[in-house]
Amino acid sequence: MARFETPHPLMGRRALLKAIVAGAGLAAVPGLAACGGSDSGASTDTVSFGNNLSDQVPKDAITAVLQAFEKESSLKVAINTKQHEQYQEQINNYLQGRPDDVLAWFAGYRMRFFAGKGLTGDLSDVWGKVGSGYSSALKEASTGSDGKQYLIPFTQYPWGIFYRKSVWQQRGYEVPKTLDQMVALATKMKSDGLVPIAFAQKQGWPGMGTFDQLNFRVNGYQFHVDLMAGKEDWQSPKVKEVFDTWKRLLPFHQENALGREWQEAAQSLGQGKAGMYLLGSFLAQQFKGPDLDDLDFFPFPEINPAHGQDTVEAPIDGYMMARKPANEAGAKKLLEYLATPAAQAIYLKSDPTSIATASNADTSGYNALQKKAAQVIKEAKHITQFLDRDTDPRFASDAATNGLNAFIQNPNDVDSILKGMADQAKTIFTG
Amino acid sequence: MSGVTVVQDKAFGGTDPGGAAASPPPRRRTRRRATALPSGDKLVLALMLGVPSLVHVLFVWVPSLGSVALSFSSWDGIGGFEDIEWVGFQNYVDIFTRYPRFWPALQHNLIWLAFLLVVPTVAGLLLAVLLDRQLRFGRLYQSALYLPMVLSLALVGFIWQLIYQPEQGLLNNLLGTAETNPTNWLGDPDINLYAVLVAAAWRHTGYIMLLYLAGLKSVDPALKEAAALDGANAFQTFTRVTFPVLKPVNIVVLVVTVIEALRAFDIVYVVNKGRNGLELLSVLVTDNIIGESSRIGWGSALAVILLLISLGFIITYLFQVFRKEERA
Repeated sequence: MARFETPHPLMGRRALLKAIVAGAGLAAVPGLAACGGSDSGASTDTVSFGNNLSDQVPKDAITAVLQAFEKESSLKVAINTKQHEQYQEQINNYLQGRPDDVLAWFAGYRMRFFAGKGLTGDLSDVWGKVGSGYSSALKEASTGSDGKQYLIPFTQYPWGIFYRKSVWQQRGYEVPKTLDQMVALATKMKSDGLVPIAFAQKQGWPGMGTFDQLNFRVNGYQFHVDLMAGKEDWQSPKVKEVFDTWKRLLPFHQENALGREWQEAAQSLGQGKAGMYLLGSFLAQQFKGPDLDDLDFFPFPEINPAHGQDTVEAPIDGYMMARKPANEAGAKKLLEYLATPAAQAIYLKSDPTSIATASNADTSGYNALQKKAAQVIKEAKHITQFLDRDTDPRFASDAATNGLNAFIQNPNDVDSILKGMADQAKTIFTG
Repeated sequence: MSGVTVVQDKAFGGTDPGGAAASPPPRRRTRRRATALPSGDKLVLALMLGVPSLVHVLFVWVPSLGSVALSFSSWDGIGGFEDIEWVGFQNYVDIFTRYPRFWPALQHNLIWLAFLLVVPTVAGLLLAVLLDRQLRFGRLYQSALYLPMVLSLALVGFIWQLIYQPEQGLLNNLLGTAETNPTNWLGDPDINLYAVLVAAAWRHTGYIMLLYLAGLKSVDPALKEAAALDGANAFQTFTRVTFPVLKPVNIVVLVVTVIEALRAFDIVYVVNKGRNGLELLSVLVTDNIIGESSRIGWGSALAVILLLISLGFIITYLFQVFRKEERA
């Protein structure tokens, strides 16, 4: 081992390897060049902050939070903002380079993966101080495979079926409680000239939400966890049943979903052309003023009575600490601050589509949608993150995305599609 | 353009072992050995050969061989050499048997190649012949037709997305189907590859046209005159006299087109990230290497497959050139 520790006279072995990968035309270069914050050494008055909220509204919101922290702590925060999708694509190189002290990430498998690789810092002592402010479900979602905590939850948003109250009132629609009621409602919407279920899959991930809902309604929470962990077979009859149920609903979905982005599908809901839309509550970003007040949602109806509506998909966004932060004390101070209801409230004032994760958060400023979201999450027995946050990213980004796309394109090919997914799962989940 | 090729051919001939066997080169070599170069010249020579060789080895051979080596591994890109697990040919076996996107991607690459070899080449040749006839405003047409080449293929993708847009796009509105039954040109996996190919060909045609135009300008007018005196009509003059003279240009066009087809990436990535009917080998390589989900070994194996396909074409081409030199 010692042989490996001595640096190569010209180039470190890691640098050499990266040069090989980069030089092979494999586009790792932008990732390497863009990673890492300022080379500030061990300054004690500045904390660097890796921000993935690149859209103007959430970016201003998180800036306001950090300014409040600066005022309170007399520390300076250096914000390093990267475009949201780019941030995720580069996370691998970013964490291995010189990451910012505190950095944005997601709960669940995606956090555990990097924590398990030793690329992020242990936050157990921070949790010791702020833990009482979080529910046990949130703690579980922030805990790595070694039992230590690696993430401070910040905000959370639920997935559900969104609709416009005015449209439903006018036509006398009622919230369906079971799948059969939902099919009956969708049939009625179709005869009323509406697209029953708005749908968009151009970005590759919204369909994962539909799959998740059907999967844990049909097979339950534990099956979702095991399937995502590669412990269940994608060719099993249980998975087949999920797709068969989806096939029953597909004729009510908006056509040509693969060529549409979720923002466009949200517009068709907003314009009253579509009756329902299954998405996360960030959908509300597409609604303003009175339209926003008219928006409501309900959890996906029951399919299997054994599981009822006991599971809610509510991804958690939070913050991690670098493996070797330049300013560890400052980073932990900032993370402690981000765990407070006050910090989360400042953020939510500007971005009212998520809710706070701190259990003693002040909910008086919530709009109707946020109140409902908080209630739905609180009542849920189990909380899932999302297909691409609960499973190995290598499986999610290729096999799952393309498998679901293929199904949406040719629902009758489900057997061969599932065989393809199962085969790929076997090459990825080898442990 | 043809001049360039001839020079290239000579260069290849120089390294040809068959050519070296002839009597003059050895004589030259012995004489060269006899005259000792001044040490300053030697240094210059060493630098001029050494630096490019070093750069070449560092940026061509090391990465290529590195890719080949990594293709036998399973590695998520985290950590160093000690974290790499060597799996032999497993990646290749899995890609050929278990990766549903591989065969469509390969097929699309080959369709891409066939399409570019036929459509833009024929169209470019036709346009070049027309422009060579000293039309009025010929320069203007020439510039207009070459203009798409100035744009990057990614930009071409954006432009054609506007044209292909189902409801508001130009094409469906011209066809009158935008209101009633809009064709989803880029969303339908049965036709989107061809829709994208039309866009790629639109750009490529101008390039091919320019290459042929340059070739046509260098054709000796005396040849055409002689053909005309012999009573050949325009078509015969072209097929029997002009086109055979253009042979060096044809080889350039072939090479350019093969490279263009195998490196195709940006336009499909702009349209839909190379999914849903637009898979290409280059997209699969990128999907597996960059991003949160690095499968360096798997992606490298795909890159090596792409490299082998390219080598197939390059070796065939070099083989042809060498054989021709030998005959000459």
